[in-house]
Amino acid sequence: MSANRGKLSSTALHTTLVAACVIAVFPVAWVALTSLKTERDTWARPDELGTIGLGNYGQVLADTQFTTWFLNSLIVATGTTVFGVLIAATAGYAASRMRFPGHRPLMWTFLVTQMFPAAVLIVPLYNVLSGLGLLNSYGGLILAGSTIAVPYCAWMLKGYFDTIPVSIDEAGRIDGLSPFGTFWRLIVPLAKPGISVTIFYSFITAWGEVAFAGVFMQSEDRYTLPVGMATFVSDFKAEWGLLTAGSVLVMLPAAAVFFLVQRHLVAGLTAGGVKS
Amino acid sequence: MTTTAVRPDNGVAAPQRPPRRKVRGLLAKHWYAWLMIAPVVLVISVLVLYPLARGIYLSLTNATEMNVGRTIGANEIPATYDLIGLDNYLDVLSGADGAFYPRLLWTIQWTVICVTLHFTLGLGLAMLLNRAMRLRTLYRMLLILPWAVPPFVAAFGWRLILNDQGGVLNAVLGAVGISGVDWLGQPLAAKVSVIMVNVWLGVPFMMVALLGGLQTIPKELYEAAEMDGATPWQRFRAVTMPGLRPVSGTVVLLGTIWTFNQFPVIALLTGGGPGGSTNILVTEAYERAFQGIRDYAGAATYGAVIASMLVVFAFFYQRWLRRQSAEVLT
Repeated sequence: MSANRGKLSSTALHTTLVAACVIAVFPVAWVALTSLKTERDTWARPDELGTIGLGNYGQVLADTQFTTWFLNSLIVATGTTVFGVLIAATAGYAASRMRFPGHRPLMWTFLVTQMFPAAVLIVPLYNVLSGLGLLNSYGGLILAGSTIAVPYCAWMLKGYFDTIPVSIDEAGRIDGLSPFGTFWRLIVPLAKPGISVTIFYSFITAWGEVAFAGVFMQSEDRYTLPVGMATFVSDFKAEWGLLTAGSVLVMLPAAAVFFLVQRHLVAGLTAGGVKS
Repeated sequence: MTTTAVRPDNGVAAPQRPPRRKVRGLLAKHWYAWLMIAPVVLVISVLVLYPLARGIYLSLTNATEMNVGRTIGANEIPATYDLIGLDNYLDVLSGADGAFYPRLLWTIQWTVICVTLHFTLGLGLAMLLNRAMRLRTLYRMLLILPWAVPPFVAAFGWRLILNDQGGVLNAVLGAVGISGVDWLGQPLAAKVSVIMVNVWLGVPFMMVALLGGLQTIPKELYEAAEMDGATPWQRFRAVTMPGLRPVSGTVVLLGTIWTFNQFPVIALLTGGGPGGSTNILVTEAYERAFQGIRDYAGAATYGAVIASMLVVFAFFYQRWLRRQSAEVLT
């Protein structure tokens, strides 16, 4: 194709792509640049650079609770992911391989609860967690996050198990394995790519969760990153230096991991979506 | 136990049983499957179905922060709210509460505009990237970047850019002679802002998914179309769009659900403001529940209305899926 493309259209193609790349990269680059401006209020003067340095990073790590929030987010996201995947895996397998009464309602529940926004459950969950004394605790937020993670993981894992040939299960049965044995010893090892994608996806979902965290975690030492970092720029102050430095610290590791797995993400998602 | 464990679930058809033994027969045949789904069923019942039932109950009451039971220190204050029937629903659906229909309209506009832009821009970029050229991998990496940014970080970053006091966007506009806009302070500009940010966040996913879809379309089809003298537009209509249908159907649906429920962008960028103008249904419900005097009943009513809309949507989605798979088979 490129042979019969004229010089003009080639220029147009590259111009369009360069413009799109600038739009895609600019906000991230701007946040990174602002995080390096150490003079107060230089963020409000875009045309000035002021002094450049790592002062904001030092401050956000040493003088704020950023590291605590980072740890909180890590605990909650890991907890939600482990709980979600462990609980959902066997159900995903059963839904993929076995036909049993209740199969259809189960798939329906996965589909519908997966679509529920936090707003649907937040008030009653607040009451339930408050009754159990689980407000402001990691356990409470993990349980709340699981309302999203469990149906979601089950749906995605079912989609992935569907792509593994049934003949492997049959071979396992002939060798005398129980259904769970087949699942555990044959299917789980084969499904590792699908399981990793599910783990990654439910982790980043829990990592970025804002609605539940905003109301269930009430003391500053239990805030997760989005809630904690929002306090840097409230109505009363605008510590953009701290906020941007924190943003870069959150973004860098996330983006690094993301680029490693992004190819598999779409495949995992669409596999779960197309096959019902 | 061990004998049933080895028995295959899809084994030979069971002989006719008397009804008395039917339950036991079902249990013997399916206990394994039921055991494997039991943890999920238990978790969903406790964490989703029970709260959902409670939410529906709350929506039939007049519960607010002032009258729900709570404990302050050693004193326990009992709940004093009453069942008031369908009044909340009447309030919301008749438009008497004032906010519902404007929010619904905006939610629909928001979802349709965002998903349309996601899809068309994503498809356009995917088609540009789907050809041999220099720097292709670099373009692809850079264009995916917004997807790798957690939405809450993106919302903060864009607030910095859109800030009316010294935000860089207004500075750039000023440099080309356009007067600054109070992006997050004017209702219309704020709506444009939240759409802009959500489109920025969502295009890369569409692009990657559609690029994957484009690569599954056999090259021979294009060559054959070209031999027949089809114009680029005809090739797009007759080869590209049908070839993309399985992928595009799925991603448009996922995008619709995600956008309908998009919380962080609106909550962290504008907080629903100014004056609630950018609140979609889910952020409106959240605001009712946790800002000012907490209106638990009102928020629960919104929750129940949103949930029923999603159930209807899911119903049609399933029908659509079944029709699609039937089409593939024939």
